[in-house]
Amino acid sequence: MNSISKTCIAVLAFLSSALVAAADEASWDFSANVELQSRFFTQDARWSGQNDQAGQFAVATTAEVRWRSGNQRAAFMPYLRWDEADGDRSLIDLREAYWAWETDSFELLVGANTVFWGVTESVHLVDIINQTDAVADIDGEDKLGQPLLNLALQRDWGLVSLYVMPYFRARTFAGTDGRFRTPLTVATDRPQFESSAGRNHIDLALRYSHYIGDVDIGLSLYSGTSREPRLLPDENGSALLPYYDQIDQLGVDLQYTRDAWLWKLEAIVRNGFAETFAAAVGGFEYTFYQVGDSNADFGLLLEYQYDARSKPEPVTIADNDVFVGARLALNDTQDTALLAGVGYDVDTGETFVTIEAERRLGEDYVLELRTRVFTAAGPQQPTYTLARDDYVQLQVSRYF
Amino acid sequence: MKFKTFAAMALLLAFSAMFAERALASTAEEKGFAIAARSDRSDVGFGESAVELQMILRNAAGQESTRSLRISTLEKPDESVGDKSLVLFETPRDIEGTALLSHAKILDPDNQWLYLPALKRVKRISSSNKSGPFVGSEFAFEDFTAIELNKFDYRHVGVDACGELQCDVLERLPRYENSGYTKQVAWIDQTDYQIRKVEFYDRRGDLLKVLDLRDYRQYDNGVWRPHLMSMTNVQTNKQTDLVYSDYNFDAGLDESDFVKGRLSRLR
Repeated sequence: MNSISKTCIAVLAFLSSALVAAADEASWDFSANVELQSRFFTQDARWSGQNDQAGQFAVATTAEVRWRSGNQRAAFMPYLRWDEADGDRSLIDLREAYWAWETDSFELLVGANTVFWGVTESVHLVDIINQTDAVADIDGEDKLGQPLLNLALQRDWGLVSLYVMPYFRARTFAGTDGRFRTPLTVATDRPQFESSAGRNHIDLALRYSHYIGDVDIGLSLYSGTSREPRLLPDENGSALLPYYDQIDQLGVDLQYTRDAWLWKLEAIVRNGFAETFAAAVGGFEYTFYQVGDSNADFGLLLEYQYDARSKPEPVTIADNDVFVGARLALNDTQDTALLAGVGYDVDTGETFVTIEAERRLGEDYVLELRTRVFTAAGPQQPTYTLARDDYVQLQVSRYF
Repeated sequence: MKFKTFAAMALLLAFSAMFAERALASTAEEKGFAIAARSDRSDVGFGESAVELQMILRNAAGQESTRSLRISTLEKPDESVGDKSLVLFETPRDIEGTALLSHAKILDPDNQWLYLPALKRVKRISSSNKSGPFVGSEFAFEDFTAIELNKFDYRHVGVDACGELQCDVLERLPRYENSGYTKQVAWIDQTDYQIRKVEFYDRRGDLLKVLDLRDYRQYDNGVWRPHLMSMTNVQTNKQTDLVYSDYNFDAGLDESDFVKGRLSRLR
């Protein structure tokens, strides 16, 4: 055997062992789901131009690819939604697309990600990293992926996380055909920014979170483009333009967990468009376990929402409201669960009823039911524009 | 005189009977604790472990559904402090990535956090729900979290055959609050000191569930682990099997893998 073939064999042996080692070490995970949503509206649309069909159908799909090798990991998670009635509700998004490198106490993450902060159920005041995908659902829990650089430092005394966000995602709003809109539609293609850097303003956030015994605590600071826009008519009065101001916001979230009680508080102070104001939401959740000798848990929730902002700031409906809810979890093989609640505005008397129920069918399907009902007495009330948009939504999701 | 002697003897007998009973009782409790401790300590020094398992839920009609999960454990060698554990779900697909982090305590409620991947949300949850079913299975939370020696009072009640081995039979009474059991009876073998079977008695004192622990294998570090745990509810005839793959005692886990800030970065 000559030296060249020896070298070749050695190189091949080295490469194959390296590949085997790499394959051994790296793990891949692929998954996906497809959701079919059908909404049935119980009343005719209020505003001209809105689709007057009783049904609105949409398909949404999420794919998820995860990779991990040693101290590195990466994720790619595109989301796609197609709405049959409202083109502005159709969307392609990257909820996650990042690479991360970690040690025991430190992590650097670069790319798009979704991050949640907070503890309460009826409104999420502190959560601010991601823009809300507001047309997805009015509960504000669907988010758009946020491009960011995240440095996280974990110590015995807690987790400190720094976020640098170089690109702004504008909020989604219903189009002319869509339900859940103001009389004038929001021109999502004409966002206005206080910062001359526009979408490219670098937003910064810092968060500390930890727990001390039964108390979980989070402190956060945000400085940058407001995720909530002010909506003002354009020059022709034919559309509303979203104005994204520069804000500074200090947030705190606390939860005290004792026996079957969860006591929760979220509060913010925001230096907004024209003023500095405070807002808070707080309350409790109490759970009766194994009610009536069954396996089911029954929880009661009560939260009070307060917001001191005045007219020029972005509109909120959670300004002086009480939310009462009940949660039922059957703890069965199908993870059957139900959450029902009523929000009541102490000032205006408006009410909002929500019911969410879900159950797994077989191993791969989930059936979900959602109902929302609004009552507003007159045109002066903020939810008047939505008061004819009561609906029942049935959704079937297939997981792969 | 005769009467006095008789009375004295009777008194003596009564006293000695009382002492004997007390001595016997204390022996049964001490012996129970000693056997439980020997069994518990056969496990000491495993340090950390990671294992994949299938949870097979079977209803009375025999219909099955399966969940796959991964459990990581960090041993706290001090018997007055509980272990830390992390349960990560892989299937069913709709709950993939859901994780439960527990910092076990001995008598105080554990600290527990749940991670919900759909919302990227970490939730501190109440751990007072000891007796509730764990993810719809026949295992209650209290059966599933690490069994710590000092969570129970013990009493030795006898010796019984268990398969090819001889077992000590212990009663163990939960010392922690909110247990769903008045009593458990555990069979611990006299050869390898491993738990082979446990009976669980409900709040009414009736037999509720029977746990069989099978397929014990000893690892290189000397530690034994069962690879099939089968829980049968004798009142409903539902059954849950936990089928374990091989344990990894060398996964390089440390404290930083068991903090709540880690939950959103598991996958």
